[in-house]
Amino acid sequence: MTTTLEPRAIGRDLARRDGGAKVRGTAVYADETPVADPLFCRIVQATVARGRVTEVDTADASALDGVVAVLTTADAERLASTDDAELAVLQGTGIGFRGQIVAAVLAGTDEVAREAADLVRVTYAEEEHDARLSADRDDLYTPESVNPTYPPDTAEGDMAAAMAEAPVTLDRTYTTPMHHNNPMEPHATTALWEPREGDGGHLTLWDSTQGVHPVRQTVTQIFGLEPEQVRVICPFVGGGFGSKGTPHANVVMAALAARAVPGRPVRLALTRQQMFSLAGYRTPTIQRMQLAAERDGRLRGIAIDVVEQTSRIKEFAEQTGVPTRNMYAAPNRRTTHRLAALDVPVPSWMRAPGECPGMFGPEVAMDELATALGLDPVELRIRNEPEVAPETGKPFSSRNLVACLREGAERFGWAGRDHRPGVRLEDGWWVGTGVAASVYPTMRMPKSTATVTYDGGRYVARIGAADLGTGAWTVLPQIAADALGAPVEDVDVLIGDTDHPEASVAGGSSGTTTWGSALVEAVREFRDKYGDAPQDGDAASGSVKPNPAEEEYVMSAFGAQFAEVRVHTDTGEVRVPRLYGVFAAGRIVNPRLARSQFLGAMTMGLGMALHEQSLLDPRTGHVVNHDLAEYHVPANADVDDLQAHWIDEDDPYVNAMGSKGVGEIGIVGTAAAVANAAWHATGVRLRDLPVTLDRVLPGR
Amino acid sequence: METELTLRVDGATHHLRVDTRTSLLDALRQRLGATSPKKGCDHGQCGACTVLVGGRRILGCLALAVAHDGAEVTTSAGLAPGPDEAHPVHRAFVDHDAFQCGYCTPGQVCSAVGVLDELERGWPSAATADVVAGPDLGDARALDREIAERMSGNLCRCGAYKGIRAAVAEVAGVEDGARR
Repeated sequence: MTTTLEPRAIGRDLARRDGGAKVRGTAVYADETPVADPLFCRIVQATVARGRVTEVDTADASALDGVVAVLTTADAERLASTDDAELAVLQGTGIGFRGQIVAAVLAGTDEVAREAADLVRVTYAEEEHDARLSADRDDLYTPESVNPTYPPDTAEGDMAAAMAEAPVTLDRTYTTPMHHNNPMEPHATTALWEPREGDGGHLTLWDSTQGVHPVRQTVTQIFGLEPEQVRVICPFVGGGFGSKGTPHANVVMAALAARAVPGRPVRLALTRQQMFSLAGYRTPTIQRMQLAAERDGRLRGIAIDVVEQTSRIKEFAEQTGVPTRNMYAAPNRRTTHRLAALDVPVPSWMRAPGECPGMFGPEVAMDELATALGLDPVELRIRNEPEVAPETGKPFSSRNLVACLREGAERFGWAGRDHRPGVRLEDGWWVGTGVAASVYPTMRMPKSTATVTYDGGRYVARIGAADLGTGAWTVLPQIAADALGAPVEDVDVLIGDTDHPEASVAGGSSGTTTWGSALVEAVREFRDKYGDAPQDGDAASGSVKPNPAEEEYVMSAFGAQFAEVRVHTDTGEVRVPRLYGVFAAGRIVNPRLARSQFLGAMTMGLGMALHEQSLLDPRTGHVVNHDLAEYHVPANADVDDLQAHWIDEDDPYVNAMGSKGVGEIGIVGTAAAVANAAWHATGVRLRDLPVTLDRVLPGR
Repeated sequence: METELTLRVDGATHHLRVDTRTSLLDALRQRLGATSPKKGCDHGQCGACTVLVGGRRILGCLALAVAHDGAEVTTSAGLAPGPDEAHPVHRAFVDHDAFQCGYCTPGQVCSAVGVLDELERGWPSAATADVVAGPDLGDARALDREIAERMSGNLCRCGAYKGIRAAVAEVAGVEDGARR
C-alpha cells in the first residue's frame, strides 16, 4: 500500500501561481523568447500526397533581398538518425503525405521569409496515392501493439456463440471523424546553435512542448549530439492536448535551420493551416460493436472491432478498443484493431487517445441496448458493473462509476425520465436527455526525478515538468509542501527546463502522479539527510519508483456525463443547454484547477459531439477545412449550463497524493451522452460524429 | 517597401520602420517585443491577437501596421495601472480561473474590456432582446447571454468559457444574479 500524504495544501482552492503573468500576457511562450536579431523560418510543403521531389528551384527565393538561406533536401545537413520517417526532415526526396516539409527559407523578417517561401518552385514526380479509409479494404493489418504498448487483440470465451444464443443482441457500426488538437498556440520553436571550441557546439531550443526532456532525447538522437549539448526550455505551453507531447517535424526543422546559421537565433512558428498536416491528429475510427444481453440487461458478450488509419511512413495505432476491455462485465469478450496505412499525415496523440473515440461506440451501443430492453440506460450500466477488472480478474483500486451515475442522475434530475424518443416538443425544439460513462486509466511514468533545496528560508524544488494549462506550476508546490510539512507559501517548484532533473512527458494524465511522486521521494531523501532544521544550501534528490500496488490492482478514474439536447424542428440546429459531469478521480489536489480541467475537457467533448471534423479529401490527401473558421471548435456561446462535480474518493493505492489524474477523463463519454440525448430528442439514432443538422433532419 | 510610423503602445511611444505588409500584430510582437497579444491563427478567426485601439477592440492580425500610424494601442499588459497592480478584469480572470494555458487570455482580457465598454454604451448585440432599449444589464441571465455572444470571437481551446463569463459578469457588476 502506498502511504498517503496528510493533505494540508493538497485540496486547497488556490489560484494559479502563473495567473498574473498569463492574464497580462507577460508569460513568455516559445516564439516570444527574447533573442537578439532572430531570423524567421518559413517552410514549403509538398503539394502532392505521394511521389518524389525531382527539382527545387530556389533562384528567385534566394535572390530576394533579406533572404539568408534556402534549405532543401539537396543541401540540408545529413541527420545522424533517420529511423523516424516523420522526423527525417529534408533527408530524402520521397513524399509520404501532402504537406510534408520539402524546403525552408530563412530571412531577416517574417514578411520576406513568407514571400520567399512562396517563390520556391518544387517539381514532383507524382505517384498515385491512397488516402481513403474504409472498413472493407483488403489491406488492413494488425499492428504489433496499440498505443502505447497494449496488445492489439484480446478475446475471452466465445463471442460468436454469445451473439448467436443471447435473447437480445445488437450489432452496429459507429464512426468518429479525423480530429485535430488545435491548441491556441501554434507549434513554435526559437532555436540557437552555438559552435563552441572544443565541445562540439550547443543547441538551445525554446520549444512549445509537453516535455522538455523527451524533446532533448529525440533531438540528441536525430542530430547525434550529447545530452549536455542540448538545452530545451519551456516555461509555458499555449495548450497541447497531446499534439506537443512528442516532437513533430517542425522541431527538427527549427534545429536544422539554426545549425545552418551558427550563432543566429531562428524562429519557426507553424501557421494554423500547416498544423493540419504536421502536428499530429486523431485518426478517424470505425467501430463495429456487438452486445449480447440477457433480458434483464446483463451482458453475455461485448465486442468491439476497430478499423482506423495510420500513415504509410510511420505507424501510430490508436488504442480505441482498449477501454471496452475493462468497462463492463461479460463472460464473452473480443477487441480487435486493424489499420489502413495510407498516404496521409502522421496521426498521434490527442486528448485521451483510445478512451476518447473508443467510448463513443460502446456508450451509444449501451444506449441502444437499453432501448431494446426497455431499461433505463443508467440502470443498464449499473447492472453490468464488474466485481473485478474483466480483462485480468484483478480488483480495481477503487471504482466509483455507479456512484458517479447516481450522483449525476440526482443532480441532473434524471429520475422519472420518459425514455421514449422524439416525444418532447417545446417552443419549436425537440428536447431530449442522454447519459454516458467516462473512464481513464491512472498512469505513472517510469522516470522522473526532482531535487529539493533549502535556500533563505524557502524550499525550492526543481523538475523538468510541463504546465500546458494543467496547473503544474501551482499543484506541484501543494504536493511538495505537504511532503515537507511546510506552508505552501514557502515552497517553490521550478519546471520547464532540461537544466532541471529529468521529467516525463505531460501526457496520459500522468503528470501529477509521476512528478508528484518524484517530489515526495526527493523530500523523503531531504528529510532523511537533514531532518526538520536544514541549513541554507542543503539539497537532495529523489525519483519516482514503481508502484507495487499496480501488480495487484487495476487503477482507473471513472465518471458519468448527462446531457440535455435541443434540436430545432425546422433548421435542425443542435444545442446543448445542459451538460453535467460527475467524476471519481481520487483526491482532488486543487479544486479550482481540477474543475477547469473537467469543464475544459467536457467543452472539447462538446466540440467532438457537435462541431469537430477534419475533412480530408481523398482525391488530394489534403485536409480542406484547415483553419479555425472551418474546423469548428466550441465558442463561448456554444457552452451553456456546464457543470463538473466529483465524488470524494479515497484511494490508498494510486500514489502518495491519492490522485488519479484529471486532464483527460472529462472528454471521455461526452460525445456519446450528447448523441444519446439527440436521439432521445428526435428519435434519430446518431452513430456518426459530429451530430450536425444534416444527420438529424433527414430522419425526422 | 518600407515605411516609417509611430505607435503608442501601452503608454510608450515607438518610432519604427516596417515592411508595408506588416500586420499590427507582427509589428507589436516581432518589432517592438510587445508579446502580450498572441498569434493563434493570423486570419482573424481566433481572437488571440485582440488589442484595444483608441479604446475599441480590434484584431491585430487583420490590421496593417501602416494603417495605424499614430494609433494608441493598449494590450492586456498595459491595462494594469501599475506593475504590481491589476486591472479588475485581470483579477476576475484569476479568481474565476478563466483560463488554463493562458495563450488566448490577453486577447480575452482586451475583448472583455471592450465588451464592458460596449455594454455600458448600450450597444446591442445578436443576443439583445430589444435592440432599441439595448442590453438588459439588470437581468443576470440576459447579461450572461450578452457576454457569451460578445465574447464568442475569442476562442479558448482549453474551454474556460464558463469562467470567462463569470469573470466578465463580475466586473460588469452582476454576481449571483443581482446587479451590485
